[in-house]
Amino acid sequence: MSTTTNTDSRAREKAPAGEKIADWADGRLGIYSLAKSNMRKIFPDHWSFMLGEVCLYSFIIIILTGVYLTLFFHPSMNEVTYHGSYVPLQGQLMSEAFNSTMHISFDVRGGLLIRQIHHWAALIFLAAMFVHMMRVFFTGAFRKPREVNWLFGFLLFVLGMFTGFTGYSLPDDLLSGTGVRFMEGAVLSVPIVGTYLSFFLFGGEFPGGDFVARFYSIHILLLPGIMLGLVVGHLILVFYHKHTQFAGPGKTNNNVVGMPLLPVYMAKAGGFFFLVFGVIAAVAAIASINPIWAMGPYRPDMVSTGAQPDWYMGFSEGLIRVMPGWEINVWGHTLVLGVFIPLIIFPLVLVAIAVYPFIESWVTGDKSEHHILDRPRNVPTRTAFGAAWISWYFVLLVGGGNDIWATHFHLSINSITWFVRVGFFVVPVLVFIATKRVCLGLQRRDRDKVLHGRESGIIKRLPHGEFVEIHEPLSQDALHTLTAHEQYVPAAIGATVDENGVERKVKGSEKLRAKLSEAYYGEDSQIPKPTVEEYKEITSGHGHH
Amino acid sequence: MSSQDIPEENLPAEQDAHGAVSVADEHDPFADPGLPPHEHRVQDIDERAAKRSERVVAFLFTVSMLATVAFIASYVAIPHDKAIFVFPIGHINALNFALGLTLGVALFTIGAGAVHWARTLMSDVEIADERHAIEAPPEVKAKVLADFKQGAKESALGRRKLIRNTMFGALALFPLSGVMLLRDLGPLPGTKLRHTLWSKGKLLVNMNTNLPLRPSDVAVGSLTFAKPEGLEETDEEFQTEIAKSALMIVRLQPDNIKDKRELEWAHEGIVAFSKICTHVGCPISLYEQQTHHVLCPCHQSTFDLSDGARVIFGPAGHALPQLRIGVSDEGYLQALGDFEEPVGPAFWERG
Repeated sequence: MSTTTNTDSRAREKAPAGEKIADWADGRLGIYSLAKSNMRKIFPDHWSFMLGEVCLYSFIIIILTGVYLTLFFHPSMNEVTYHGSYVPLQGQLMSEAFNSTMHISFDVRGGLLIRQIHHWAALIFLAAMFVHMMRVFFTGAFRKPREVNWLFGFLLFVLGMFTGFTGYSLPDDLLSGTGVRFMEGAVLSVPIVGTYLSFFLFGGEFPGGDFVARFYSIHILLLPGIMLGLVVGHLILVFYHKHTQFAGPGKTNNNVVGMPLLPVYMAKAGGFFFLVFGVIAAVAAIASINPIWAMGPYRPDMVSTGAQPDWYMGFSEGLIRVMPGWEINVWGHTLVLGVFIPLIIFPLVLVAIAVYPFIESWVTGDKSEHHILDRPRNVPTRTAFGAAWISWYFVLLVGGGNDIWATHFHLSINSITWFVRVGFFVVPVLVFIATKRVCLGLQRRDRDKVLHGRESGIIKRLPHGEFVEIHEPLSQDALHTLTAHEQYVPAAIGATVDENGVERKVKGSEKLRAKLSEAYYGEDSQIPKPTVEEYKEITSGHGHH
Repeated sequence: MSSQDIPEENLPAEQDAHGAVSVADEHDPFADPGLPPHEHRVQDIDERAAKRSERVVAFLFTVSMLATVAFIASYVAIPHDKAIFVFPIGHINALNFALGLTLGVALFTIGAGAVHWARTLMSDVEIADERHAIEAPPEVKAKVLADFKQGAKESALGRRKLIRNTMFGALALFPLSGVMLLRDLGPLPGTKLRHTLWSKGKLLVNMNTNLPLRPSDVAVGSLTFAKPEGLEETDEEFQTEIAKSALMIVRLQPDNIKDKRELEWAHEGIVAFSKICTHVGCPISLYEQQTHHVLCPCHQSTFDLSDGARVIFGPAGHALPQLRIGVSDEGYLQALGDFEEPVGPAFWERG
């Protein structure tokens, strides 16, 4: 007994310092067991898997720079006279919030840089989340077991929008104040409780003296706190589920092929953080963002032309701009449909994409786990839906910038507005149809490639004068990759009469599901992938043609 | 540099040279052929190429160190208010430019070095890891369900309904305290949105000159912004009051005024309308003197000032409220009362 302890302690004395520290930590935190499954965790490689990393890194950059900004920012709406070093505004009355933002921009060395990094990183964060979400959508990475993580990601996107909105409203400048006023008008439109909500939000009438302080605690504590929790949960689930991968030789639904976290992904992902940070810093050095000194402090009776929210709020701006001004006045009350309907559609636009995975899993009835990603073309209906949603979103963005489109492209603002009003309903439908056709065309091309090989570009002249192009057969790697996807069979309702001739009641939901399933996986919605028999018949019989 | 110098044992094993397509599986040409063999990079074979990569990585890290030194030097040396001209961006703040670029380079080169290191010098052999079902095996599930049943039974929650019901009641009620505490976030609206500072006899004060307006100050085709007499920028409630009482004044030819009431409430063709858009409250500020249209620059609602400021385009739901004006004994423009309807965005109680 004592001898083993002795050798143990001797071994420990000889161990390097790092191991000693690790031993200490393991005895208290169990780090060895944790590292056993994670240190050499395998991550597959694909450029699109970096998009999520851009989100994570820009989020970290936002937190770092945001903490710095809080050291100088005064979240107060008390009026002060400006005496800072920006001459054109000297002597002007402004809120302390605006004054301290001016101080950060002009009198704190590097303050402007950190402000611009903060704001640029926020724009990039939202853009990266949008693109990352679309990557996950179009490749079907949201399928079981990842539905919950899809929702986490969706919540992060929505919370990110509101964190951004409360953030750019803090400087209390003319542009952001206009945005806050828009929000107040939207809140007022809510039937029955709108005025109460508005008075509670602003501590009385707009703008009052409270909203900067209130937005501040929402912007720096409440929302980022929730988001941090969601980000951690999101990452834990990514680790727990292990990353998805595209089909390819050696890649199955039961394995994950790639390179280990230590060292390759530590270096690549760690390095990528610095790449993202470096690029954002350089952008903040050369591209000015939110120059509040050019806009001046907020005054409810002043406005500038070309007022635009940050891009991720643009689609809600589009909704409010193109909605006809309907108002219903009955029994001494006003139903402000012209503002309230956009306020309702605003979350619905987002929810439409969020609930899609659940609709799809209901239609397929598939209860198995999916770790192999879809190529968008192989799931035409989903891809068409996603493309239609994006087009919907972008039509609204055009509506949100209708004045900018009008002035930059010399168009009539009225016709742009009408285009958006019509396009809101029509464009997604057209995009849906077109995308589905493109997907089917690409599926046909894959099928031809598998069966007839790759067009080599070499033209051969046959003895009797005929010209033919030589098709090169694909390697087995390529054959496997192009035929690895599964194809669903449309779900049928099944017999409605049992063996005794008793008619079974078919529920409406069952009928709907069968219809949707037919629309998803019926003859018009997917090209049957080539079978081995077809391949053999073509390749064995009469050679290439 | 030539490949003859590479030691034989470092070279990859000779591979099938003719590259003919050989379908491994006779029965199923689409079968998974398994992970392709690892292809060596030049750094795996040639130590000198590896050395070159090493030097590139070290160079990038060194550039980063230099950039950080440059950042500190810029911070100390460049005055914070110096502007420089940089083609093609234009005049920008020198300190911001220098700090941002040096920081950007310092960070980017760390990243570039790390990624280059990973791509050229770390092993790029692909490894396959097994996945395990997320779902628990049936026996685990059975054990958990049994444990839960046991725990629930021991708590007697199902049996002692009195405890259960009162507990749910207590838990449901206590958040109400939290809701109550939110009550004082703001006062109740009351009729505050219906009233502004305007009242009978208040003079119209020019926003720019801070002087009361005379009818002669308002020329045909001009647009003037006004506030009620007595409201000063330094007032504590200025922002909230001006958000409701901001006024825009234009002079039209009386014959051009189509709306009868508008003409009655005008003075010699001078009309005063609320400047706050009835859509979501932006200040309207674009005036087209030929057509007498005003346009809200935020959401493009367009109002016809010669026709009771009715909406002719855009998302606004109703006309801009008009303020009835006249002339005081001293010859200044004055209000003849408050707005008869609430200004700004519509709301439930507006009616």
